[in-house]
Amino acid sequence: MLGLFSSLDCSLDVFFVEALLNGVLLAGLLALLALGLNLIFGVIDVVWICYAELVMIGMYAIFYFVQVAGIPLPLSFLLAIGLVACAGTILHYLVIRPVLDQPPINQLLVTGGVLFLLQAAATMAFGIEFRNLGIRLGSVNIGDMSFAWSRIITFAVALGAMILLWQFLTRTYIGTAIRAISQDRQIMPLMGVDQKKIYLATSAIGGGLAGLASCLMVLQYDIYPQIGLQFGPLTFMICVLGGLGNMVGGFVAAFIIAQFITIGGSCVATEWGYAVAFLFFMLVIFVRPQGLFGAKS
Amino acid sequence: MITQKHIAWAIGLAALLLLPLLIRMIFPGTDRYYLHLVIQILIWAFIYTGWSMMGRFGLTSLGHGAFTGIGAYVTVMLWNFAGITPWIGIPVAMLVATIAGMLVGYPCFRMRITGHYFALLTLAFTEFIRLCIIGMRDWTGGSLGTQPTRYGDGLSLYAVQFEPNRVLAYYIVLAVWLIGLIIWVKVDRSMDRYALDAASQDEDAAASVGINVTREKLKITALSSAMCAFGGAIYGQYQMYIGPDTIAGLGVSLNIVFAVIAGGIWSLFGPTFGAVFTQVLAETLRVGLRGSETLSKLLGQSALALDTFIYGLLLVLFIIYMPKGVIGTLGERWKRR
Repeated sequence: MLGLFSSLDCSLDVFFVEALLNGVLLAGLLALLALGLNLIFGVIDVVWICYAELVMIGMYAIFYFVQVAGIPLPLSFLLAIGLVACAGTILHYLVIRPVLDQPPINQLLVTGGVLFLLQAAATMAFGIEFRNLGIRLGSVNIGDMSFAWSRIITFAVALGAMILLWQFLTRTYIGTAIRAISQDRQIMPLMGVDQKKIYLATSAIGGGLAGLASCLMVLQYDIYPQIGLQFGPLTFMICVLGGLGNMVGGFVAAFIIAQFITIGGSCVATEWGYAVAFLFFMLVIFVRPQGLFGAKS
Repeated sequence: MITQKHIAWAIGLAALLLLPLLIRMIFPGTDRYYLHLVIQILIWAFIYTGWSMMGRFGLTSLGHGAFTGIGAYVTVMLWNFAGITPWIGIPVAMLVATIAGMLVGYPCFRMRITGHYFALLTLAFTEFIRLCIIGMRDWTGGSLGTQPTRYGDGLSLYAVQFEPNRVLAYYIVLAVWLIGLIIWVKVDRSMDRYALDAASQDEDAAASVGINVTREKLKITALSSAMCAFGGAIYGQYQMYIGPDTIAGLGVSLNIVFAVIAGGIWSLFGPTFGAVFTQVLAETLRVGLRGSETLSKLLGQSALALDTFIYGLLLVLFIIYMPKGVIGTLGERWKRR
C-alpha cells in the first residue's frame, strides 16, 4: 500500500502523515453529516436527497444572522440549529408525510425536488457569489505539520455530538421509542407509541444535526448555493457504505472515505481523490450490497 | 386497414415536417430562436425516452448523466485530438457507454441491488464519471468545458456539424426523436417488456417461470445507455459546447428523472411532454423576467434561479398529487370516460 503511494510521488514523509491526520479530522465532519441522514433513514425509511441542502440553508442563515442582523456568533449558531431543525420538521410534515405510502423511489425523488427548490431559493436570496464570515482561527504547528484549529474544533464537536446522540437514544423515553420503531415499524403503534410524533421528533433531530454541521462548516468552507452538490453525494456514499441506517457503520465509513480524499488529494489532485473514493465505494457495494456493516436483508 | 389512429399519426407527422415553415410564418425574424427551442426539446426528449426504457421497469437510475457525458465527451475528444470523424466517434462513444453500463449493471443485477441502493449506487457512478472528466482537464478543459473544433464554416457532413443551419438541424433532430419513439414502441410490444414487467414486480416469481432476470435487465440497460450516449453526442454536435455540468453529472441525471416523472413514465409521449414542459417553463420564465421591469428590479440577477425554484416546487407537487405524470393521469381520465 505504502509502496503504491510512494510511486505516486508521495513518500512516507511529513506531508503524508499530515494528509493522514487531516483525513481523520475531515472524517469527523463527514461522520456527523452521515449521522443525521442515517438516523432518518433508519427510523422513517426515507432518504433525504436534499440533506446537504439543509446544511447549506443553515450556513446561509448563520451568514445572514452575523453579517446582516449583527447577532453575535454563538447565538447565531444556536438560532441556525433551531432553524434547520424546524426546516427538517416542515420537510417531513409537508413533503414526506403525503408520500409515505408511495413506492420508496418516489420518496427519494420528492426530496430531490426539494433540493432544486432550496438551491434556487438560496441563489435568489444571496446570489451565486462565494461568501464567508472571514473567521480566521489560525492553526497548530507540530514539527513541520500544521493543522487548522477550525478542523480540530470541528472534529471535537462532531465527536461530542455523536456521543450525546447515543446517550439520548439509549437513556431517554423518546430515544428508546425511536430505536424501537427503527427495529419494527408495525408493532410499535400497538405498544402505544405515536408513530407520527416519533417521525416528527426524528426529523427535528436529523435537521438539528444538519444545523450543527452547518455551524462547523462555516468555519472551514465558503458558502455558495451549490455547496450541497459537493457534500451531498459524499454523504450518501458514506451512509450506504456503512449500511443505510447503521450509525456506527457510517462512522467507520466516514474515516475510510476521508482518507481516500485527503491522501488522494495530496498525492495527485483533489478530484482524483474523490473519483477513487467513488470507485472504491462502487466496488465494495458490488461485493457487499448491504454495506460494510449492514445486516443481510 | 387505415384507422383513426393512423390518420392522427399522419397529421401529426405532417405538422412536425412543416413546423419550420410554420414557425417562420408566425414569428418572422425570430424564427431561429424558436427553432432552437424546439431542437433542444427534441434532443432532450430523445434522451428522456432513453432513460424511461429503464425507469419504467423500476430501474430508477441516477446514472444516466454519466452516459450522456460519455457520449458527448468521447465523440468530441476523438474529433479534437485524433481527428476521427463523429461517424466513427459516435458509435465508439455508444459502445463505451454500453460497456460502462454493463460494468455497473451486471454486478447490480446479479447482487439484486434495487430501490434506494440502486439509485444511490448509480448516483456514485455519475459523480465518478464527472470527476474523471474534470480530472482530465488537459484534454477536456476541466470544469470550464470544451468545444468541438469547427470544420470549415461549421457545416459539414464529414464532421457531423450542422449548427449554423437551424432548419437542417431541426430535421436531423426530428429524425433522431422519431427513432427514439420507434424503439420505445418496439420494446413496448416485445416479449422482453412482459418479462421485465414481471421482474420489476417480483424477481423470484419471474425467475421461477423461466425468465433470466439478469439478462433481461442487462439488455434494457444496454439499449438505454446507448440511446443516452447517442443523445449526448448529438447535443454536443448541435450546441458546439460541452461542459461537465451541462451534459454530465448529477444535475443532468436528476433533470432526466424529474422531467420523465413529470411527463409520465409509462406512456410513449410522457418523456417528450416532460421535455416540452421543462424547456418551455425555463424559457418562458427567463424571457418573461427579462421583459418585466418590476420583476427584474425586484429580483435582480438572481431572477435567473426563479425557473429552477418553480421547477422544484412543481416536481414536489407532481410526485405528491400526480405520481403517474401529466400524460399518464390524463390518459387514465380519458379511458374512464
